[in-house]
Amino acid sequence: MAVFVNGVIFEGVDTAAPDCWRLEAYMARGGYQALKKILDNKIPQEDVIAEVKNSGLRGRGGAGFPTGLKWSFMPRSFPGDKYVVCNTDEGEPGTFKDRDIIVYNPHALIEGMIIAGYAMGCKAGYNYIHGEIFEAYELFEEALDEARKAGLLGQNILGTDFSFDLFAHHGYGAYICGEETALLESLEGKKGQPRFKPPFPASFGLYGKPTTINNTESFASVPFIIRDGGQKFLEAGKPNNGGTKLFSISGHVNRPGNYEIPLGTPFATLLEMAGGMKDGKKLKAVIPGGSSAPVLPGEVMMELTMDYDSISKAGSMLGSGAVIVMNEDVCMVKALERLAYFYHEESCGQCTPCREGTGWLYKVIHRIANGEGRDGDLELLESVGNNMAGRTICALADAAVFPVRSFTKHFRNEFEHLITHKKALVDHKWC
Amino acid sequence: MLSAQSLAKIDRELAKYPADQFRSAIMGALRIALVERRETGNTPEERCLNADVIEFVANYVGIPPVAAYEVATFYNMYDMKPVGKYKLTVCTNLPCALQGGVNAAHYIGEKLGIGIGETTADGKFTLLEGECMGACGDAPVLLVNNHKMCSFMTREAIDKKLAELE
Repeated sequence: MAVFVNGVIFEGVDTAAPDCWRLEAYMARGGYQALKKILDNKIPQEDVIAEVKNSGLRGRGGAGFPTGLKWSFMPRSFPGDKYVVCNTDEGEPGTFKDRDIIVYNPHALIEGMIIAGYAMGCKAGYNYIHGEIFEAYELFEEALDEARKAGLLGQNILGTDFSFDLFAHHGYGAYICGEETALLESLEGKKGQPRFKPPFPASFGLYGKPTTINNTESFASVPFIIRDGGQKFLEAGKPNNGGTKLFSISGHVNRPGNYEIPLGTPFATLLEMAGGMKDGKKLKAVIPGGSSAPVLPGEVMMELTMDYDSISKAGSMLGSGAVIVMNEDVCMVKALERLAYFYHEESCGQCTPCREGTGWLYKVIHRIANGEGRDGDLELLESVGNNMAGRTICALADAAVFPVRSFTKHFRNEFEHLITHKKALVDHKWC
Repeated sequence: MLSAQSLAKIDRELAKYPADQFRSAIMGALRIALVERRETGNTPEERCLNADVIEFVANYVGIPPVAAYEVATFYNMYDMKPVGKYKLTVCTNLPCALQGGVNAAHYIGEKLGIGIGETTADGKFTLLEGECMGACGDAPVLLVNNHKMCSFMTREAIDKKLAELE
């Protein structure tokens, strides 16, 4: 279900109209005006980057790194090929916003990537799309064809001397490829195993060339920023948290879906937009930024606003904006067991602490959940976690440890009860 | 080993990448080969990838077979094991589980008389549990043969879908 309240990406998009994704509909909404503005006025590259910096746009994929700053890391005078890459490998449990961008408004992403290509002097770009949303990949390819036929992609865009082409590449079932260097490996036709950093992609990226990788939502915000100005985007959110953001709400709410709202909106308001708690049950816990973000108790969440700083102050992360809502009937041990299984399944196997550690975490949580927990298991989980986090090439190990630490911290009594009494405190049923 | 249409599709994949970076096309090429196997195979064994097909695709793309094999075994949507005419993958990750994903998987298993990871005796259906498909808002979500996503799969919707798949 797609529900869009207001915001820069979905403004004016009638998601019920079957052709809302087409070039014609996008043009009617003011699409490609930002690109025309840049090309007509020959706006210098550094001015485009400065405008993105002014907007306060922070990476929408999870890390929240300032997009304009990232763009400025690209070597301007590098003589060879440079690339711009979009990360639509959306597989973080709870996150489903980028699919809706591609399905309902793909040209916003295409235009954003063309502008990025212009600003950083890249001649080609790739959009890496999660394999499981293959229909969205096919639709995106069609949107690319439309843009190419209209002279918006390829040689001499709109009759100028600026040339840029864009292609779609699909994943085929590997969560790790959402990590940017794993994504580059995969784009090169290899196993998606993360690279050591440094060197960072801005100096050694795709095919060893300078590369900038941004999330789908980040790129799709760029046309608005250039057309209406960075200041207007910034003002749509709050200082240091510019703009509107897509939140994917799932779990025990009446209307799961995507909501594009200003950063800084209270969580309570967002919950209300999503129709409130399903069946009038009590809110127990919320994972505010995708499965890798630490869980927060419901009462803590109700006091927070949805922006990077507020959520981070409370000890979690805004991440990708994936809000997983759990009611009072959820056994937190069972919930954590499911997440632990996921990270074990998806560890790429490259680093020993992650490959082995995710297996240990799952094994121990699984036995606790099944009433076979032992005294000392919670300490064991902590020790295994400490030997994983920060000791691997990429952040998947940390992502596996954060939920374990936060679940066992905020809902420790449920774990202890299960270990001692071999029976869950909450009679859990998956609905 | 592959049809002219499939080879033409692989050519289109190759054209996306710089001339000296044809290896990038291997993911698309293996997917195209798998789709042809699925559409033309008569038995579960004929519907999945195997060493011969992978070697053929690798040679066509111009990379060592082992490099293609690495890719085919790393990404879990490339079927390397015999698979039913309809591969049903249900997401049972946490957000989906909170919205009926686990129950949907069990319901399909009961209806077909198979467990998760199994194929029906007539070779028609394989049932798998999947990881996040990036569609949690539409849960329960079911993926048919990797590419067709079915949303809001209540019991009624499952009954209807299974009846459609002939």
